[in-house]
Amino acid sequence: MKKEVPLLITAIFGSFMVIDYFVPHPSVSAVGETLQQWAIIVISFSYVLGVANIARVNGEKISKRSRDWPFAIPLLMGLAFMLGVGIFGGIGERTLFNDFFLYAYTPMSGTMFSLLAFFIASAAFRSFRVRTLEAGLLAVAAVIVMLGRVPVGAEIWDKLPGIADWINNVPQMAAKRAILIGAALGAISTGLKIILGLERNYLGGE
Amino acid sequence: MEKIDRRYIFLAILLLVLVPLLVPIGLPIRVSREVQSGYDAVAEIPDGSTAYFAADYDPATMPELHPMALAALDQLFSKNCKVIGACLWPAGPPLLEDALRRIGEERYGKKYGVDFVNLGYKPGNEVAMVSVGRSIRATFPTDFYGTPVESLEVMRGAASLTDMAILVNISAGYPGTKEWVQQVQSRYHVTMVAGCTAVSTPEYYPYFQSGQLSGLIGGMAGAAEYEKLVGKLGTATRGMDAQSLGHLAIIAFIVLGNVLYFATKKKAP
Amino acid sequence: MQSAKPIVLLAVFLLLPACVHVLTVGAQEAAPAPTAQAEGQVRWFDLNRLNIALVVAVFFILVLVFIRQAGKGASFFIRKIAGLDAIEEAIGRATEMGKPVLYVPGIDDVNNIQTIYSMVILGNVAKLVARYETPLIVPVCRAFVVPLAEETVKQGYLDSGHPEAYNPNNIRYLSDEQFAFTAGVDGIMLREKPAANLFLGSFFAESLVLAETGFSTGAIQIAGTANIHQLPFFVVACDYTLIGEEFFAATAYLSKEAKLVGTLKGSDWMKIFLIVALVVGAVLETFGVTAFTRWFTVQ
Repeated sequence: MKKEVPLLITAIFGSFMVIDYFVPHPSVSAVGETLQQWAIIVISFSYVLGVANIARVNGEKISKRSRDWPFAIPLLMGLAFMLGVGIFGGIGERTLFNDFFLYAYTPMSGTMFSLLAFFIASAAFRSFRVRTLEAGLLAVAAVIVMLGRVPVGAEIWDKLPGIADWINNVPQMAAKRAILIGAALGAISTGLKIILGLERNYLGGE
Repeated sequence: MEKIDRRYIFLAILLLVLVPLLVPIGLPIRVSREVQSGYDAVAEIPDGSTAYFAADYDPATMPELHPMALAALDQLFSKNCKVIGACLWPAGPPLLEDALRRIGEERYGKKYGVDFVNLGYKPGNEVAMVSVGRSIRATFPTDFYGTPVESLEVMRGAASLTDMAILVNISAGYPGTKEWVQQVQSRYHVTMVAGCTAVSTPEYYPYFQSGQLSGLIGGMAGAAEYEKLVGKLGTATRGMDAQSLGHLAIIAFIVLGNVLYFATKKKAP
Repeated sequence: MQSAKPIVLLAVFLLLPACVHVLTVGAQEAAPAPTAQAEGQVRWFDLNRLNIALVVAVFFILVLVFIRQAGKGASFFIRKIAGLDAIEEAIGRATEMGKPVLYVPGIDDVNNIQTIYSMVILGNVAKLVARYETPLIVPVCRAFVVPLAEETVKQGYLDSGHPEAYNPNNIRYLSDEQFAFTAGVDGIMLREKPAANLFLGSFFAESLVLAETGFSTGAIQIAGTANIHQLPFFVVACDYTLIGEEFFAATAYLSKEAKLVGTLKGSDWMKIFLIVALVVGAVLETFGVTAFTRWFTVQ
């Protein structure tokens, strides 16, 4: 029963959402809208699950003095602090929550994203080897696109941006569409398998 | 060659990005077809109409996406458009608030609740998008500050996305441009302009080619082009010199890596 | 009985819109033109989406035909996918080194099919890991994925006969924020030094940050995603990469279960159908016949 009920719910609601796309009748749309509102409400509760998991995993880490347990303390303190200032002080403009968000979280998060620039350079240095003709073509295309997308490219040769656009719009797009069609078919057949209950591992035990 | 400490590479990139930010070179910016189309699409909507501004990004992508959000809002407010802003990323609302206040309130003297509103964050991803397509008020009963949206003047006549003259989406990933196109644009056929990170831009080219996206602003380069069109040069324009040198550095590393690789290969017995 | 269930569901799935279509075609024939339909008139089928409905129906029928054939004992060829073969090798290596396996199921929520499918692969990985008695760490980016991951891994350990080895503290929710999560996973890689990193699911800009950090720790890395714009990053930084549909072929490939392999066969035939449509469309367009391509336009 633990599996059958979720499978039935998946089959009914999954099928309904597909039907909703094709049937513009108001009664179907109304049910679809209600289901979507339910989904939004259910998803909102997931944050409680997340906080519970963080508290359990890190709380146990501290109580058992597991490896690297001191790191769990600032983590839990940060969680409690942001929750507290958000609930009691509000989250709008000129609040403590907003200040911490804009002046602590924002730069830290931006720093993580900016690591990409460094990692792209090191990955290019390590992996971009012109071992074959195809790899050579790839390297030439990459250089043209990289130059064509920035102002310095047009300064070097005014035709570069146009060639870069062509590479992006024709060969790049052709290959990408082929992979996209394959991936989309894989996603649709997986959706069908899930609706039909052929894939059920994700539901866990009986 | 594999033994070369990659921190040298990191240092080189840091210097090549940092120096032009401190000492700008001022390389000229060329506007691409995708960005020009986006600008034209916004320019074509009637003055004073209402736009839905979906700010689906967070602080991580703020340096890349915030400049294009500011530029797009500048164009909208310059046309006296009303802007209904909302987020499907939990960390998005403060950034949207910052953009709306900086451009709407400080630059154009617009009033919150009358000319623009920040509806805040709504979980649910695609579900929330489709819900917005059907009814904005049902999806966002209150704004970012908890005020009921019925009481806000800007929401009058803005029942669903079909009442919007344009949908502008600034997207850092999922949920974002792809989902707005698939779930909303294809259903309600609203004019849509998207701005996204440079890394994800190639994925959205097919939507621009098919006409589902009326414009596509890709990364900091796209933002700089948009700033040029709007006539307000900002951080994206300043960042283009750094990006130019960064790209040159990566090309140099690819060449250097290959030179070292073939040199090592020749030496090997 | 088991084989009849999909057919019954399919009937509901396909026949309802089809019946509705039959009804509406009759109604439409009576009307002068679709545009002339009065506002608010009840419509039971959106004829503008008939093309999508038909293509989807063809695909579903193909998949179900092959599932049925597989159920009757037909065997299908499935090509070698190096990335999937490497999963067991990677887990074996981690076991030899006495280090954990890291499994990152992407950063998307459960309503993304890639996340659900990642859970399916996680179930298979958990079984292997339990057999080798190697720790499995699963950092999670979306709170809603936590119970799914917990149940999946627990079931994997149970199926392998080692329920006692399951450690709930290894299913770790880190943050819903993309780069806070990335920082958290990088931290796990640097502190706990897993010998095998599996990145299977929906990834975005964090893909290269994760894969490069994993490379620096010397782990064997296998990635798979249908987010095609992230594939180049995984290809350069990982040992094996599952490209697009290969990712969705994982359970069929690993389990060799006939019905699941049948769905792959259905996808292959659909691909042939689409290739033929593309070629025919291109030829017709070249000669100025646009009706065929216009029929495929999504409205």
